[in-house]
Amino acid sequence: MSNSGRPLSPHLSIYRWPITMVLSILHRATGVAMSVGLVVLAAWLMQTAAGPEAYLRFTSTLSTFVGMLFLVGWSFAFFFHAANGVRHLVWDTGRGFDKRDADRSAWIVVGFAAIATAVFWWVAA
Amino acid sequence: MAEFRLPPNSRIRKGKHFPAPAGAGAIKRFAVYRYDPDSGQNPRIDTYEVDLDSCGPMVLDALIKIKNEIDPTLTFRRSCREGICGSCAMNIDGGNTLACTRAIDGVKGDVRIYPLPHMPVVKDLVPDLTNFYAQYASIKPWLQTRTPPPPDRERLQSKEDQELINEPAACILCACCSTSCPSYWWNSDRYLGPAALLAAYRWLVDSRDEATGERLDQLEDPFRLYRCHTIMNCTQTCPKELNPAKAIAETKKMLAERRH
Repeated sequence: MSNSGRPLSPHLSIYRWPITMVLSILHRATGVAMSVGLVVLAAWLMQTAAGPEAYLRFTSTLSTFVGMLFLVGWSFAFFFHAANGVRHLVWDTGRGFDKRDADRSAWIVVGFAAIATAVFWWVAA
Repeated sequence: MAEFRLPPNSRIRKGKHFPAPAGAGAIKRFAVYRYDPDSGQNPRIDTYEVDLDSCGPMVLDALIKIKNEIDPTLTFRRSCREGICGSCAMNIDGGNTLACTRAIDGVKGDVRIYPLPHMPVVKDLVPDLTNFYAQYASIKPWLQTRTPPPPDRERLQSKEDQELINEPAACILCACCSTSCPSYWWNSDRYLGPAALLAAYRWLVDSRDEATGERLDQLEDPFRLYRCHTIMNCTQTCPKELNPAKAIAETKKMLAERRH
C-alpha cells in the first residue's frame, strides 16, 4: 500500500466470514490439493506398469490410516470442486446472485460433496 | 502476492478501559479501534461501557455518546445519520456497514468496531479513501455522448430503460463493498473493486450513454475487472442491499458476448 506511514486497518483477522467466502477459498484450496493428488495418481499408474510387487508396495502405503485420510480428502476435493464449478457456470449466466440464492447454492454444494464422498467410499468398500 | 499479516506498525495493542458510571442501567461494552497519528504508537483497542438507557438505538448513537460524554478524542466520520451519505461506513461486529443504520441490539456480546478493512488509517475510524475515489473517477462516471441532443427536449428514457439503472445508481459510495472484498484487499492497486465496477455497470446499461465500447475496452483487463472471483462479500455486506457481484457478472457477460 502507500508509504504514508499510516497503519493498515485489520482485515482477515476481524472479518466475519460469510458462507460464500468460505466456499470461495475452499474452491481454490481443493484445486491446489487436486493438483498435488494428480502426481499421486500418475505415480499409481506408473506402479501398475512397474510390476505387481511395486504396485503392492504403493497401494499398501496408500492403505495406511494416513494414506486413507489423504484419499478421502482428495475424493472430497474432487466432488466439491466439480459441484462448485457448476455453481460458477450458473453464475456466469448471470443467475443465482441474490444473497439468499448464493447462500443456498453454497450449502447445496457442501451437502452434495459430503454425500457423494460418503457414497463413493461406501461403494468402494 | 497477498500479505496476510499486518505490517509491524499496524499490529494492535491493548488500550484503555472506560467503565460505566455508577448507577448505569443496561450496560453495553464497545471495543473500538483507536489510532493517534501524533503519538507515534501502534493502534490500540479501547473499551467503553455505555449506558444504553440513555443512548439512541444505533451504533452511531453510541459513538456520538462516547465522543460527547466519555472520550472527546474519538474520531469518526458521520453526517446524515440516515443511511444516505455513506460517511459512517465501518466494520461493526465483523461486517462492513453504516453505523447509523446498524442497531446496537442486533449485536450479540461486545460491539467490536474497526475502520473499513485493509485501508490506510488516517485516525481512529477514519480510513484514507483517496485510492477508492480515484478508481471511481477512472471509470468516468458521467454521461458521454457523440450525437447532439434533441433541440427541443432532454435525452429521454423509457421507463424500462430507467429501471435498468435504478438500482446501480442508488450506490452511495460508502466503500463497504470494496473493503469487504479479499480480492480488493490483495490487489487494490490494480483491481477496481465492486463499488467502481457497479458504477461502471450503471453507465454501461444507460440507454443514453454512447461510450459503451470505450467503457468495455477499459474494463477488459486481467486485473481491473477479472480479479472478481465471485466471493460475494460485496453483495453480502452492502448496507443499501445492492448487488455489485451481479453487476460484475453482467459486465463479464457483455464482454463475452462482444467477442462473438
